[in-house]
Amino acid sequence: MTEPLLQLSGVHTHIGPYHILHGVDFSVPAGELTMLLGRNGAGKTTTLRTIMGLWQASSGRIRFDGSDITERSTPDIARAGIAYVPESMGIFTDLTVRENIVLAARSGPVDKNRLDWILGLFPALKRFWNLPAGNLSGGQKQMLAIARAIAEPRRLLLIDEPTKGLAPVMVRSMIEAFKSLKAAGETILLVEQNFYAASALGDSVVVMDDGRIVHSGPMSELVADQALQQRLLGLSLDAHQ
Amino acid sequence: MSDMAAEPTAATAELPRAKTDWLPLLLVPALALLALPFVGSPSTWVTLTVAGLAMGMMIFLMASGLTLVFGLMDIINFGHGVFISLGAYATLLVLGPLAGWALSDSIGLNLALLGLCILVAMGVTALAGAVFERVIVRPVYGSHLKQILVTMGGLIVTEQLIHAIWGASPIPIPLPQSLRGAFVFGDIVMERYRVVAVVIGLAVFLGMELLLNRTRIGLLIRAGVENPEMVEALGYRIRRLFVSVFIAGSALAGLGGVMWAFYRQTLTAGMGMEVMVLVFIVIIIGGLGSITGCFVGSLLVALVANYVGFIEPKLALISNILVMALVLIWRPQGLFPVARR
Amino acid sequence: MSSSSTLTLPFDETRRRGGALSELLSSDMPRSRALSLILLAILVVLAATPFLFPGSQPIGTAAKICVFIVLVASYDLLLGYSGIVSFAHTMFFGIGGYGIAIALERLGPTWSSVAVGLLAALALSAVLAVAIGLLSLRVRAIFFSMITLAVASAAAVLASQLSNITGGEDGLSFQLPPALRPAFRLLSEPLFGTAVNGRLVAYYLVFFVALLVFLMLLRIVNSPFGRVLQAIRENEFRAEALGYRVVAYRTAASVISALAATVAGALMALWLRYNGPDTTLSFSIMIDILLMVVIGGMGTMYGAVIGAALFVLAQSYLQVLMEAGSTALAGVPLLPNLIHPDRWLLWLGALFVISVYAFPGGIVGRLRQARQ
Repeated sequence: MTEPLLQLSGVHTHIGPYHILHGVDFSVPAGELTMLLGRNGAGKTTTLRTIMGLWQASSGRIRFDGSDITERSTPDIARAGIAYVPESMGIFTDLTVRENIVLAARSGPVDKNRLDWILGLFPALKRFWNLPAGNLSGGQKQMLAIARAIAEPRRLLLIDEPTKGLAPVMVRSMIEAFKSLKAAGETILLVEQNFYAASALGDSVVVMDDGRIVHSGPMSELVADQALQQRLLGLSLDAHQ
Repeated sequence: MSDMAAEPTAATAELPRAKTDWLPLLLVPALALLALPFVGSPSTWVTLTVAGLAMGMMIFLMASGLTLVFGLMDIINFGHGVFISLGAYATLLVLGPLAGWALSDSIGLNLALLGLCILVAMGVTALAGAVFERVIVRPVYGSHLKQILVTMGGLIVTEQLIHAIWGASPIPIPLPQSLRGAFVFGDIVMERYRVVAVVIGLAVFLGMELLLNRTRIGLLIRAGVENPEMVEALGYRIRRLFVSVFIAGSALAGLGGVMWAFYRQTLTAGMGMEVMVLVFIVIIIGGLGSITGCFVGSLLVALVANYVGFIEPKLALISNILVMALVLIWRPQGLFPVARR
Repeated sequence: MSSSSTLTLPFDETRRRGGALSELLSSDMPRSRALSLILLAILVVLAATPFLFPGSQPIGTAAKICVFIVLVASYDLLLGYSGIVSFAHTMFFGIGGYGIAIALERLGPTWSSVAVGLLAALALSAVLAVAIGLLSLRVRAIFFSMITLAVASAAAVLASQLSNITGGEDGLSFQLPPALRPAFRLLSEPLFGTAVNGRLVAYYLVFFVALLVFLMLLRIVNSPFGRVLQAIRENEFRAEALGYRVVAYRTAASVISALAATVAGALMALWLRYNGPDTTLSFSIMIDILLMVVIGGMGTMYGAVIGAALFVLAQSYLQVLMEAGSTALAGVPLLPNLIHPDRWLLWLGALFVISVYAFPGGIVGRLRQARQ
């Protein structure tokens, strides 16, 4: 069996005096969409930020694409091919939509075909192309954030709660966009609270609680097993359906 | 900028318009017009306005780097004033060997001398900025209290070094021959050097606006001011960017120092710190991190000081505080608040 | 303020130990033998200076040390205990000086003029401190520092502009009440070879008022109020969440600090029989205060004593040493310039920078660490 694209083993993270991650182990296989589920405060965001080097793991290893990235700086991790969309989206509101995407394409002008593909996924961005991104609605900002993450080909996308606070119609078009990304062969680690969105998209699923991994396996298994869902996720996730 | 990104194939026609915040930009002309009836004579008004603009441009040169450094890294350099002094003293490196150029009647030689002074001063202050960043500022990233203290310490030490190198007594410096005197149109008098200062200040401002809005590095700076962490997550090394901005800001302070030195025609080690009070007021008024705000703030403060100085001299020196108070009451985050703060 | 009891507890515990000395020092003992000895030495020397060293320079230096101990200790209340960086401290120092100077010059050299001048100065300082505090302590620390810098410079400009009241750049010279004049004789015979005249009375007035204000400041920082200030300094949000009104506490600290600085300014003017922009208002004095508090040790109060004593002595006597060094090195390029007597501030500045990096507790912190 080949090594997964991303592998966390025994990762602990401290933020100030707080011990957030207590030995996290899981892997993300190439070409798949892995869902990361769990309650608020379970450590999902911390996990993404630790992978990205925005917080330093205090122990444990993170391997990406065959090399150890645990100690690397955030820019180096990004250069290794990981894109990150934080929960707050991290849009530069003072810059135009175009400028946001231009900055995300680090190695030079955005490939024309790729740009057409991206704007095909998120047509709304076209209308606001030369406007400050601060003028966008929440859903449009989320689209821009994802468009930015895929402005160049990447090896792995880390995306934190893209459907949070969006209207149902927006959630549906977001799910469609992710389906297209999957079809294009992108590897994605997606944090989600919305089980409906999660079950529609995930190839495999990792569930966290209290800074630990409490379950991992194929998504289909979790979808089929009501009792397991109930035990792992409680009602908080079902309520989103 | 066609090389930066392809345009989307079908940009639709009905684009919503961007909302530009015009109000603060209108303040400067509005203020100038408002002052006219109080000043009375139009020719005096022109003289005051040109002098105010010249002063404002110089303050802008000195303040611009500081505000960007703050926006990018949340670092405030209370020692910034020493780069102004250092830039001013660096003119001596040029004026010493080339004293003849200042006395010459040739405008070409005079301007070349000014240009050389500026180049040398910017070089010296850029170098000093690099050292200052490495030795003084870097060890205290993240702690405001220590930053304020330690940059103050850097200021004391550098001022003393200036004394040790160039002596403690004020040094007179000559304004190049053809920059002395004034242009006279009828009864309107505009001092030549002030016109030169306005031109240089305007050129730097336009250059910075172009850099910030039309180049990749400018985009990065603007993005970094708003959200440094995201800039890193996109794969850019923000520390390197910050160091460059710090050095560029020091060099701009040096440029401001040269202009300020020829304006006063006297060098003292404390001259930078004296003008820092104005610089701080300006960046507070403008909104910490905003170049446009810094520019508008500089012009506003300098013009108000000039008009008030003419109308009611006793109030001139505290007029800046009043301007600051009024602006902060209107917009507590400054004229152009940067989104993050 | 129901939750304040949690913060007063440690204070109450320590309070039970120790005797009268501990009571006098508000249970905040020096906690280091070397530090205790140095402080004791400073106290004894300051108390006996007029009898130990003849001539007017030593007694002048000693009076200046007393005044700066109060000034720096009051600044430590802000910087060290509350984490506030204000550059307007000299403004309050100046208000104290001008209060005395203007009152004595206008109303004549009597004790009631001293009282009027001091009270008016204290009132003005309190009002200004409240205004600055309420207006700008709610904003970020950096804003506050910049705003106080601007306000302080405006105050200095104002003082030199209003020359018909303040004497402008020249300042004001004035007569002291008769009991403080050199011609006044308290005892007809010299005591231990020193004439007991009005100058001596003036010195002890400065000395005892300074001692009293210092002990009061020590009491304040060790009171429940002082503990809350430190809690706010450590974690503003947590203190706010516990129910403390952060702006109110910080404003109160600013006011107390301003009042003490005003008293220091009044003492300075009384001692010098003069006040002007350069003696109390200039920015270089603000820099001096910063150097003293940081080198002595922020947040320790005793650091103010050590910092002020060291700094004023350096100002007066380090130059003599450097003079010698500079002459010895004549001929070497630049080096004599670096240890030229006028460059003493260069070395204290460097010491200041090193203090901020390497020992944030300053000299007092160092001494206390060495003990452990």
